[in-house]
Amino acid sequence: MNEHTSTSRRDFLLAGFATAAAVGCSDSTNPFTPEMAVAPSGEKVKLLSVTGEIIEVDKAFLKPVPDVPQLSNAEERKGIPGKKFVMVIDLARCKNLRKCQSACNHMHRVHSGQNWIKVLSMQDGEHTAPYWQPTTCMHCDEPPCVKVCPVDATFKRQDGLVLIDSDRCIGCRFCMAACPYSTRVFNWGDPGVTADVADQHYSCETSMPQKKGTVGKCDFCPDMTRRNELPHCVSACPNGVFFFGDMNEDSVSNGAETFRFSDLIKDKAGYRLMEDLGTKPSVYYLPPVNRNFPYESGL
Amino acid sequence: MENITTLTSEQITKDLMPQQFGRNGKIWVAILVLICLIGAYAYYLQLKDGLIVTNMRDYVSWGIYISNFVFFVAISLVGSLITAVFRLANVEWSTPLTRIAEIIAVSAITFASLIIIVDMGRPERLLNLFAYGRIQSPIMWDVIVITTYLFISILLLYIPLLPDLKIMGEQDTKGPKWLKKFYRFLGSFWKGNPAQEKISNKSITILCILIIPVAFCIHTVTSWLFATTYRPGWDSTNFGAYFISGAFLVGAGAVVTAMFVVRKMYSLEKYITEEHFDKMGKIVVLLALLYLYFNVNEYLVPAFKMKKAEEGHLDELFTGQFAPLFWFAILVGMVIPILVLVTKKGRKPLPMFITGIMVVVGAWFKRYLIVTPTLLHPFLPMTNVPENFKHYFPSWEEWAIALGSLSGALLIITFFVRIFPIIPIQETITQQNEKATS
Repeated sequence: MNEHTSTSRRDFLLAGFATAAAVGCSDSTNPFTPEMAVAPSGEKVKLLSVTGEIIEVDKAFLKPVPDVPQLSNAEERKGIPGKKFVMVIDLARCKNLRKCQSACNHMHRVHSGQNWIKVLSMQDGEHTAPYWQPTTCMHCDEPPCVKVCPVDATFKRQDGLVLIDSDRCIGCRFCMAACPYSTRVFNWGDPGVTADVADQHYSCETSMPQKKGTVGKCDFCPDMTRRNELPHCVSACPNGVFFFGDMNEDSVSNGAETFRFSDLIKDKAGYRLMEDLGTKPSVYYLPPVNRNFPYESGL
Repeated sequence: MENITTLTSEQITKDLMPQQFGRNGKIWVAILVLICLIGAYAYYLQLKDGLIVTNMRDYVSWGIYISNFVFFVAISLVGSLITAVFRLANVEWSTPLTRIAEIIAVSAITFASLIIIVDMGRPERLLNLFAYGRIQSPIMWDVIVITTYLFISILLLYIPLLPDLKIMGEQDTKGPKWLKKFYRFLGSFWKGNPAQEKISNKSITILCILIIPVAFCIHTVTSWLFATTYRPGWDSTNFGAYFISGAFLVGAGAVVTAMFVVRKMYSLEKYITEEHFDKMGKIVVLLALLYLYFNVNEYLVPAFKMKKAEEGHLDELFTGQFAPLFWFAILVGMVIPILVLVTKKGRKPLPMFITGIMVVVGAWFKRYLIVTPTLLHPFLPMTNVPENFKHYFPSWEEWAIALGSLSGALLIITFFVRIFPIIPIQETITQQNEKATS
């Protein structure tokens, strides 16, 4: 009996370290302190230890990591220092595949039927050429939505992003009325996320989990940016329509190609939507000239 | 007015005492309570499932809750008009109407606050407005001015009520004991001595001066909830004045309707005379002309230019799906009342009552037309959304809640009329004595 207990304790400690290593958690406090005695189930699980050995641990000793927010709300509201994010959308390359949309919807668990990215069929005048225009949140430098929010639930960060704190949003929808780009969606009912996502701690950077009675929108995926990866729409587009980058570094990339932002805008005559409203968007469009695909191919 | 001067104070007191509900009164209350209960049930469903029970969606994100809110704020402005403006202008004939106007103001502004909470996606986070409030947001301005207006209106209702409470408490009528206690609880400190009267008169004057800018604020700020956005139909510098003129019109319409009903139910022909209707009729004409003027500004100027963004919106109003409602609101809410009330015969009580209802109903739909059609005309095309996002017609829950709030406001007014003298007793006596001595 005595021997058995000591074995299981060793097993337990191993499991603790191994799982901690597996999830990359470097917290000094061990979240695996047993609250109650756990009986071994006899079923073993293989894990990779810190030193690179494969070890076996009894399944009964495995516990999920408690939901600890990676970043505090204050840090999420401040933004990534020294950055000024910018997106360039090349309309000459878009053929309405909507891979951006489905990747975005999937990764952010957007309620079915709603979209954070919309691909609009545009025609500016009677005799002008139609084209496909993907629209994200413009992350305006003079954001009308932030101006009207009564509780600072939608805010502008120092890195240029406009994000939403769904734990604070009161659901008045003034921001939706204020946004001239109609970019915002509302969780009218239950957002319909799976239980594992719903139980997570809300993060302004992942905009997840969506909450009933609050507003949502494109967030430029700052969680990906922190890992030096591109937003989901950028990497999902097979035609390289989206370029994402940092204005301070003056570079934007769609994954395959990287351009100097200022050169790209200069050479291709980039523009922003509804410049006359004074919202100063962070999304630039390159006009649909010398197109890769005819408009009709996207119908 | 001449016939009042022949009455004794005892007669006036007896005439103006609140009376118990008759059969019609009971049916009226029962219907209102029933509508309120259905509304409460609909709100329970909304709390349970979220705003999904409404037919608002991502484009039409504000529906009849918000238009109902604007309607309530509008109608509440009449308190400041009849009580404050007339008092400061020494308009004596308005005395019997002040309390009617003031209770309409109080009940409407109360339900304006409630209906805006109903519209919130997370009503349980209401206190976030105080914990994290941003003074830059027009919603905060609205919260501040509406609360201020509510308190000033309650005081303007309460202070002139004090002498009447004393009379009510002293009367040996057969009324229930608790009611007597209630009167004494509310006004036992009122002795009616000259010192108190002086304070009371001074306070009323101060409140009357205060309430006018606050009243202008509540409706101007409410109009700014729309005018501070970029949307066609809302992006207008005309909006504050446009809203305020419309508010005075609907409030005056409501007072006309209420004074007809109260007069009929309590047989107050001696106090609310045909002369009152005649004078109110002229005021309604003036206000309707003013509102019509602002409507011409609001629609003709953009229609002359027909900017691309405005075009779809205006076409929809003038000739499209909202045209019947739009012309109904203009004709029934403004033009027909003007045509009826400019004639002497039109200002008799019954035609006044009918035009009063027309003004109020027209005004309710007018608010709907201000809120919803604009939202159906965003700058960027409505694509990649389910079909039902592109239309709006309120769900039964929305109708039930909106009608429930209207019934609730009427219920407050009804109970007030049942419990308190709707025409100020003491003021009527004083005014009559002054007339007699002069």
